[in-house]
Order: sequence, then structure tokens, then C-alpha cells
Amino acid sequence: MTWIRRHLVIVIGLLVMAYILLPNLVVLAYSFNKPNGRLNITWQQFSLDAWLHPCNSPGICTSVGLSLKIGIIASLTATVLGTLVAFALGRHRFRGRAGTNLLIFMPMATPEVVMGSSLLTLFIALGVGTGQTTILIAHIMFCLSFVVVTVKARIASLDPRLEEAAADLYANPLQAFRRVTFPLVAPGIAAGAMLAFSLSFDDYIITNFNASPSSVTFPMYIWGAAQRGVPVQVNVIGSIMFLGAVAFVAFGQVLASRRERAGTA
Amino acid sequence: MADHGPGDLRLTEVTKSFERFTAVDDISLTIPQGSFFALLGPSGCGKTTTLRMVAGLEQPTRGSIHIGDVDVTALKPYQRNVNTVFQSYALFPHLNIIDNVAFGLRQRKDADWKRKAQEALDLVELGHTARKRPPQLSGGMQQRVALARALVNRPDVLLLDEPLGALDLKLRRQMQIELKRIQSEVGLTFIHVTHDQEEAMTMADTIAVMNAGRIEQLADPTTLYEKPASTFVANFLGQSNLLPAQVAGDPTDGLATVRTQDGDDLVVAAEHLPAGIREVWVGVRPEKLRLGGDGRNQLRGVVTDASFTGVATQYLVRLPWDKEVVVVQQNDGSGKLPVGENVTVSWEAGQEFILDQRQDADAGAEIDDE
Repeated sequence: MTWIRRHLVIVIGLLVMAYILLPNLVVLAYSFNKPNGRLNITWQQFSLDAWLHPCNSPGICTSVGLSLKIGIIASLTATVLGTLVAFALGRHRFRGRAGTNLLIFMPMATPEVVMGSSLLTLFIALGVGTGQTTILIAHIMFCLSFVVVTVKARIASLDPRLEEAAADLYANPLQAFRRVTFPLVAPGIAAGAMLAFSLSFDDYIITNFNASPSSVTFPMYIWGAAQRGVPVQVNVIGSIMFLGAVAFVAFGQVLASRRERAGTA
Repeated sequence: MADHGPGDLRLTEVTKSFERFTAVDDISLTIPQGSFFALLGPSGCGKTTTLRMVAGLEQPTRGSIHIGDVDVTALKPYQRNVNTVFQSYALFPHLNIIDNVAFGLRQRKDADWKRKAQEALDLVELGHTARKRPPQLSGGMQQRVALARALVNRPDVLLLDEPLGALDLKLRRQMQIELKRIQSEVGLTFIHVTHDQEEAMTMADTIAVMNAGRIEQLADPTTLYEKPASTFVANFLGQSNLLPAQVAGDPTDGLATVRTQDGDDLVVAAEHLPAGIREVWVGVRPEKLRLGGDGRNQLRGVVTDASFTGVATQYLVRLPWDKEVVVVQQNDGSGKLPVGENVTVSWEAGQEFILDQRQDADAGAEIDDE
């Protein structure tokens, strides 16, 4: 009994971790499977085929490429615009500020089906053909909200006296921004950009409404493939994404702790 | 315009109004170069706004600010040779200590920034922390870094905005001595904003007591304490017993007589009497009063409270007309008087200050050290 009481937090923590990570591990494990036929749901035998030939399924690498391209362009654009909006909202009082806040919040509150379909209606009404451009427009729109919210929170936690101190120490507004404000807000901007990228990369519903047969993103490809049986290559690409994200976070942690130690020395 | 030195800071009829209220109301003062000047007052009296206007962080609504002969009123903070030690220190958390201290030097492209910054850190005895980051230092250390960061630029005027407010009492005393040492070492003009009267008295050469956007009195600490110009100053700096009285007769031999409500005659120095006023407050500091004793002025009363503080005992003595006076008796071995004892309170003529009775006797008395 006392053992349980003492280790309860750890035990529950591990259970939660398992609950979260197990699906990823199953995906990883089945990327080494060699299925008998179309369905990759029962273990047959170990194979490196899919890892050696990740593009060996028609259209898969084109769709990954398109998703990466859209993800990068959408997150970069949304990050630049969103950071500017966040500074305007966080630092200035202007007419229509409350309205802007509401407008920024809307895409996060609106169901994706509603947003996707209304965008499609808009594009049809304007006579704009759907495709990469319309997907990009849609992604930039909803990514923007998340970037604004993340960066604004960071700006709000910033002591306004730091900028006054910079001005007091002979920095003009531009220099104060470059040397003080921006470095301090940068982690928020980076977080916003990463959030935007992952949201864009795995969006299906809104994308599906505003895509064309020639613009198939990775989530759309998986959905399409699922009707016929998902190829093992999807597991490979999914695992690469997962491991890549883990490596990215781990790298960030190591960097931060090394920096911390350099400060103590 | 020859009444000021080349580096004096001059405020001329400076007013700062915000939407709903006037924070600083028509202030004029000259702060001589190299002096340690304190702006003292309760919160909301306009002292911080005054400081921020000198720093350039606020624009005066009216009036002008000069450093020497240069009009700096319209200059931005980064164009003024004035530096501030902020209340919350405002150290840059993403820079290490030496980069914090060197910020101003590098901004001004000082090629010798490394050596100067290290010297400034050594001056505040924190040379060994150069590579650390602000969050790794204690409050007192951060405060000294903030001071070094401002000092290193050799500003014409160094502003301190309640810099010791966040420190505990012991550290605060230590830093007060430290600040004063540094100020006399570097010889810069320091302007210190504080609501702590003891801090202002210990450190400053000259104090401006502010209240409701105006300067109540500008003087050295001794004058402020011994000869307060208003009931606000009398109550805000230390404790005061204010007795209502009426001037009786003409002064002789430099002494005048005033009569209390109860008909007791008190002898006061004639030079303390404000001209042309008959209804007055006679003010006496608690430590100038004696229980028993053979001072020239004597009032009878009953001890209603006695609290022992170690170095002294503070008595409350009720006079026949229901006025309570505070008496502080040094712990000189004379023993403690019990509550209920009939006593005589006495003091020498000339130890009083006299104010116009039209002033509110309680002004400034209710304000605590936050």
C-alpha cells in the first residue's frame, strides 16, 4: 500500500504516457510489416521494404511534397502577419481593436466544416478555381489566429519597463525592438510558427473543401488510400514525422539546458 | 540666468496632466550638480511622474526642463544623458550581467565598453557575476546590477525610482550606505524617489517633500524635521504633537507667549511665529518632551499608554482638554511610568515649531509606509 501511495504520481504518469504514445509506436512497428494484400493491420513478417522505398506507392511523395510546401508557405506567411497583428493588438489602443480581437478568434471557434464550406462558397462566387492557391489562402487564414494568440500571450507577459530601460540606455525605438523586444518575444513567435506548421500539415477538412483533383495533400492522400487499404509507406512517413518532431523538441531541450549551464559557470 | 551651475538640473513651472487628474502641478526647482536629492512623498503625490519627465519617459504638459543650459524638454529618453534605476530593476533577462551593464556603452559605440562595464560591476562588488543571467541573482544583487548599468554611462543625472523598495529592511539599510558611498565616489547628481522618509533623511542632502502634485517644502533633512513648513510635512516626517493655541501679547527678549485652549501659557521663540497669524499650532516632536523635568513649558496630564521599544519608551499622555500627546523617553535608566499616573509634560522654549492653525492637523498623518 505505501509503495503505491509513494509512487502513484509516477505510475499514473507512465500510464498517461503509454496511452498517448502507444498509437505512434504501433504505427512505427507496422512500418516494418510486410502485409499480405492491401490491409496493413495484422502482423505478417519483418521487412525494410517500405523504409527503403518510401515513395513506392503512387502519388504518396507528391502529396507529402505538396503538404510540406503548403505548410512552410502558410506558416511563414501567417507568422509574419500574425506577429504584426499581435503587436498591434498587444501594444496599441485603436478604434476597432475589440472587433479585430473577435475576428481573430473566430476561425478557432468555428467548426472546420463550416469554415471549409463557406470558403468554398466564397471561391465559387468569386469564380476562383480551387487548387494550391485556395488551400494556401485557407491555411494562412486559420494559422493566423493561432500565431496571433501565441505571440500576443508572450507580448502580454513582457515587462513594458524593459523597453523603457532600453530607451533610457540610448536605444531608439528600432534598436530597442531589435535588441530587447524581439529577442524576448522570439520564443513565442517560434512556438506560433511551429503550431501553424503542424496545423497546416495535418488539416484535412478545410483542405478537402478547397482542393482540386490535382492538389492532393498528404492527409487527403491517406484518406483516399484508406478506402482501398493504407500502404505501409504511410506508416513510414508518419513515423518519420513523429521521430522528427521528437528529435526537434529534444534538441531544443538540450540547447536550453546547455545555455543554462553556461550561465551558471 | 546666472543662478545655476553648468550641470544643474532645472525644472521650470513643470505641469503634467493626465486625462482625469493633474499628477504634477506647476513645479519649479533647481538641483545642483553633484548633489544627492530626494523626492519624498506618499504614493500618488507625483514624485515618480516628475522623475519620468526628467528621464524623458513622460512629456510635461507645460513647463521646461534644462540640464545646464540645454533645454531637454522635447528630447526623447535615448537622446538625454540621463539614466534610471527602475523600481523593478528592469534588467534584460535574455542578456547576461556584463551585457546588461554594457548595454548603454555599446549603444553609444564606446570602444572601451568591456573594461568600463567590468569596472562598474566591480564598483558594486559584483565583478564575479559577469557571465550570469539576471534571474540567477538575488534581489539585492539585481538592484546593484541595475545601478551599475546606469552609473557606467556617467549620466548628467542619475534617477533612482524607489530602488530599495523590494529589498528587506536589513539589505535596504546596507544598500542605503552603499548608494551614498558610490554617489560620493563618482560625484554624479542623484535624484532619489522614495516614500520612505527615513531613507530620504539618511541619504539625501536636500529633500523635496511632495504632496498632491506640489512641493510642500524643499530643504535639508534637519530643517525639514525641526522646522516643517506645513502640518503635512510635520506629520509625514516623523511624529508631531500639534497643540492649538493663540498668540498672547507682544514678544519680549526674543520670546513670545501663546495661550492654549485650557488657559495654560506657553513660551515660544518669537522667530518661530509666522507673521500676522494669531491662531497657531504649536508643534513639538515627541522626543523633545520630558515627563517630569523642569522645562520652561509645563502641561499636566495622565499617562494613558506606555509601550517599550528597547531604546525608548513611547507614552501617550492625555491633557485635561482631552488632547493626547506622544512622549518618547530615552531608555536612560529612569524607569517606566505606569498607566494612570499623573505627570507633567515639559519642554524648553524654542524647541517648538509653529504653524498656521488653518492647516489640517491630520494632513499626512494617516499615510503609512505601504
